[in-house]
Amino acid sequence: MLIKRLLLNDRGGAIVLALIALMMIIVPISNLVLPTSSPLHLSTFTVTLLGKFLCYALLALSVDLIWGYCGILSLGQGAFFSLGGYAMGMYLMRQIGARGQYGNPELPDFMVFLNWDHLPWYWLGFDSFGFALLMVVLVPGLLAFVFGWLTFRSRVTGVYFSIITQALTYALMLAFFRNEMGFGGNNGLTDFKDIIGHPISADSTRIALFLCSGAALMIAYIVCRYIVTSRFGRIVISIRDAESRTRFCGYKVESYKLWIFVFSSVLAGIAGALYVPQVGIINPGEFSPLNSIELVVWVATGGRGTLFGAIVGAFTVNYGKTLFTSYSPETWLFALGALFVIVTLVLPKGLVGLFGRVKKSESAHEAIDNENLATPEIGAAKIAEEK
Amino acid sequence: MMTIFISRFLKHFIVASLLICTGVTNSFAQTEEVSATPTDFSGLVLQLATGSLSERAETVKKLAALKDNRSTVIITALEQGNLYFDSITNKVGIKDESGNFSDAITLSAVSSDISNFKKIPVNNSLRNQLRSLLSQLNLSSEDEAIRLSAVKRLLADGLDEDSAVIIEKQSASEKNKTIKSAMTIALALYQLKNTDEKIRIKAVDQLRGSLEPEARSALTETSTTDESEAVRNTAISALKSIENTVTYYRFSESIFFGLSLGSVLLLSAIGLAITFGVMGVINMAHGELMMIGAYTTWVIQQIFPNQIAYSLLIAIPTAFLVAGAVGVVIERGVIRFLYGRPLETLLATFGLSLILQQAARSIFTPLNRAVSLPEWMSGSMVINPVLSITYNRLYILIFGILVFVLLQLILKKTSLGLKVRAVSQNRTMARAVGVRASWVDALTFGLGSGIAGIAGVALSQLTNVGPNLGQAYLIDSFMVVVFGGVGNLWGTLVGAMGLGIINKFLEPYAGAVLAKVLVLVLLILFIQKKPKGMFPQKGRAAAD
Amino acid sequence: MNILAQAKHALPVKDPDFSNALNGFGKDVDNFGAPLDTSKRTILYVEGITVSFDGFRALNNLNLYVDEGELRCIIGPNGAGKTTMMDVITGKTKPDAGTVYFGQQINLLELSEHQIARGGIGRKFQKPTIFEALTVYENLELATASNKAVWWTLTKSLNGEQKFRIDEVLVQIGLKELRYKNAGALSHGQKQWLEIGMLLMQSPRVLLVDEPVAGMTGEETEKTAELLLSLAGKHSVIVVEHDMKFVRSIARKVTVLHQGSVLTEGTMDQVQNDPKVIEVYLGE
Repeated sequence: MLIKRLLLNDRGGAIVLALIALMMIIVPISNLVLPTSSPLHLSTFTVTLLGKFLCYALLALSVDLIWGYCGILSLGQGAFFSLGGYAMGMYLMRQIGARGQYGNPELPDFMVFLNWDHLPWYWLGFDSFGFALLMVVLVPGLLAFVFGWLTFRSRVTGVYFSIITQALTYALMLAFFRNEMGFGGNNGLTDFKDIIGHPISADSTRIALFLCSGAALMIAYIVCRYIVTSRFGRIVISIRDAESRTRFCGYKVESYKLWIFVFSSVLAGIAGALYVPQVGIINPGEFSPLNSIELVVWVATGGRGTLFGAIVGAFTVNYGKTLFTSYSPETWLFALGALFVIVTLVLPKGLVGLFGRVKKSESAHEAIDNENLATPEIGAAKIAEEK
Repeated sequence: MMTIFISRFLKHFIVASLLICTGVTNSFAQTEEVSATPTDFSGLVLQLATGSLSERAETVKKLAALKDNRSTVIITALEQGNLYFDSITNKVGIKDESGNFSDAITLSAVSSDISNFKKIPVNNSLRNQLRSLLSQLNLSSEDEAIRLSAVKRLLADGLDEDSAVIIEKQSASEKNKTIKSAMTIALALYQLKNTDEKIRIKAVDQLRGSLEPEARSALTETSTTDESEAVRNTAISALKSIENTVTYYRFSESIFFGLSLGSVLLLSAIGLAITFGVMGVINMAHGELMMIGAYTTWVIQQIFPNQIAYSLLIAIPTAFLVAGAVGVVIERGVIRFLYGRPLETLLATFGLSLILQQAARSIFTPLNRAVSLPEWMSGSMVINPVLSITYNRLYILIFGILVFVLLQLILKKTSLGLKVRAVSQNRTMARAVGVRASWVDALTFGLGSGIAGIAGVALSQLTNVGPNLGQAYLIDSFMVVVFGGVGNLWGTLVGAMGLGIINKFLEPYAGAVLAKVLVLVLLILFIQKKPKGMFPQKGRAAAD
Repeated sequence: MNILAQAKHALPVKDPDFSNALNGFGKDVDNFGAPLDTSKRTILYVEGITVSFDGFRALNNLNLYVDEGELRCIIGPNGAGKTTMMDVITGKTKPDAGTVYFGQQINLLELSEHQIARGGIGRKFQKPTIFEALTVYENLELATASNKAVWWTLTKSLNGEQKFRIDEVLVQIGLKELRYKNAGALSHGQKQWLEIGMLLMQSPRVLLVDEPVAGMTGEETEKTAELLLSLAGKHSVIVVEHDMKFVRSIARKVTVLHQGSVLTEGTMDQVQNDPKVIEVYLGE
């Protein structure tokens, strides 16, 4: 069977998937079936928190796919996540209908507040769930396609690419902060009432969203696994390790980078779409460059180039963040900052590397970055060798 | 020749010269017939206080017509509501800022009981009259600044028959060109209302090229409402020529704002360019090094609260040393383990930036701190009514270029510079000829960081100092480096100034936020043509 | 079978446009505007090439013609422009002036690296560049002449014929026993051979080989010489090498580059006795 073949050499992945599956069985039972008095009962708050973590894990997976396997460090992955989230948020906003504060059956509250008299064209269609889902995939994918096409084509690589993606998400953040953009400005989209007819805050809806997130993560994992074990995956690794050699083998490197980037951004968009109904809000803050770079550190902490490491990292760091911010919020930034430094200095293979279970063929991190930047040093070394 | 004056100074001048005014006002005697009973100064002052509101206007005119320099003081006091009358002692008093009274006639301080002093009331129409009277008085002052401000005031309020005559007379003897041209404009504005078409046309012609907002609005009105078509047409063409001049100055203003933003970008990007260009290191904590520089300025100002100007001069080297030292620590402690792994360096330095930011928040609280400007940096240089340049921006522009030149000198002329360039061009070779590459790395990083600190000092003069100060400039600085390329510092200069100017030119059309977005889009399109920036590293060293 | 024979339609290859980005996803048999025409026996025409970096002329009006099936050695002192010449032929560096034609009609300067590689010009780098994270077999699999479009590589594995070809090459380069070993673990010589093997998998018409024996033991050098000699005839092989003994052992025709242009051309003996060459090598 395909799935069995994909997980054959991926013990870590199999374990992580099994744990997620287990969680997807236990959590609904403990939340819906067990009485509140039971010590094993999980509050809806915790369910939502776990659902959030699942979305983060999916997002981290998308980063690992391009960073761990293709050596593309995108510092703008949060932008695709947010765009997916906004697409879902727009659907949820339209679902509110006349129940908003101003009671306008068509316009969301913030538009009434801004004295708009009709929906902007880009809001049309979002009353349909199917259309919204399409946009969840299409908008991030299209942005990634255009952006990637422009950058990869001009051979923008390494840190240059990282910087420009960071600027991308920064620019989007600024744009979405504007009221005139028609996305709720500063406050974003919130006060959602229901999703495909189910009240959004009901326990059963929360559980359903949680299960969807889990399922999405598992499917995405299998698909990613399929990609990295295919010939395509090996080419992508080759690009990571020796871009120019791959080119001389006759591969159009730009196309490979472009498509894996697009796929990864779609994953991020889906993660965002699942995230928004669970947390109940999406605002421009999600575009903040800090978010995007933070999720890179989840992957680095878990162990990049392994896929399941990204999931481990997302859960660990976010659990840590939840703990820290509830005890002493000030220290969280210190801890996060320290994590960045420690992971890069001492733990280049992340937590899963610590357990030494990483397959050899997937762990050649040393070469990952070297090829990607024409640092003076490397260029100089080449000349020196030539002489 | 342009006359430059600073409004704050002007205020002092007016007050001071009002008190010691020795100007003799010949001209007024002829324009006013002296008929009513009290004609002496003290009598008129008393009448001013006791007479009715309607009489008061007449009395003031008479008072002004007297060749007495105390009149100015009294009229000013009346206009500002500082003239008081004690009906019991029949004394007229002037209240000063601190609430003390002086006798209006002798100008000596009133030591007796002041509780009976009542304000002499004025209404709006009287106040207007007073104002124009005062202007007339001031017009003949010997002090040029007073004359100029008087003309300007008349210009804004509009002339009446009396003042028009005075101005005409004064302008004949006026030697200062600025004042004279202002007088001409004021007169022309007055003549626009003349019934004679020829005079109106002449007036319009005189307004041609004037940048005063009054001239423009009067011409706009004339161009639509004047009954004569000839006048209207002349007004339209005059307006056009004014618009052209205004466009020109607005253009200059945009350029200046662009250069000013560019100089800030230059200061913040130049250190980044050094570490990136020479060492291939992306330092995400660069913004926080700027923040450190800005906080250094603030701290030094707290230590010497009375020496703002000097504390700034002390702050520059101190910020350089503090930020530079932090930079060296970062390089030795983290970055040197990560050479050849630029993406990891990026992540690690980002972590450091979080730590530094949070540290600033813990030490200095998250509140923004205001750094005071030294006097020579506050205010602005008024070139004409459309264009004025703030001194702090001007000095920072000069400062940015100085730092740039200095850095070029360091890189080109010193032994450290030679070594830095050697390492940047060929690390292995430099090491082979005995350059201690690791030592050069630390110093280079320190140098880049120190310059970030200096940039922080400059920033503190433009904006409040807070923990997020540097963050806001980091992405822009990176854009400068991407735009300019890492080949040499000229790229950074051109990149910074270019981005600054583009930004400021887009802003009026798109707004600040969209301008930023547009600049990013332009940048992405730009790298299609020049993937390595405008000044790429050339030669085989650059080939990947 | 040569990949060029599969050419079906002409694509506008100059500066791939937006639609090409989409093309790259599905069917991506980039090919030349015309089938390779070697009717004049010459397969590669390099004419009047000039490349300068910051005022330094790496190539100065270089002319070079290579025949089909020829084994050509290129020698020259440091900085003569040997590597830059290869960069120009393979599309890595665009020259300031001159033309490079592949056969009679194909202008290589209009093509990008991967198109040139697919079209039949393979290159081995000076420093062995193989994919160390992959196995020997996977390295060859990657290089195999096949449909290199994104969707294809995602969904299809190689066919029997192609796998058979990999086995053939594994024997040819003597790495059959090490096929499942990680390429990073190979010895220096083995890496060089693997890279030559990867070139062979591309079924190239022209092989550019940059310093194939640098750092090799005597035995390895001999084996490499045999390998290259066996390739000549079927392919045109251009070898850049410093090792004179090695050049002598394989060379039929030698071109000497000096300061970016051709100093002289001829058999090894002719070249070695040329006073200009002696001056360049010994006189300085």
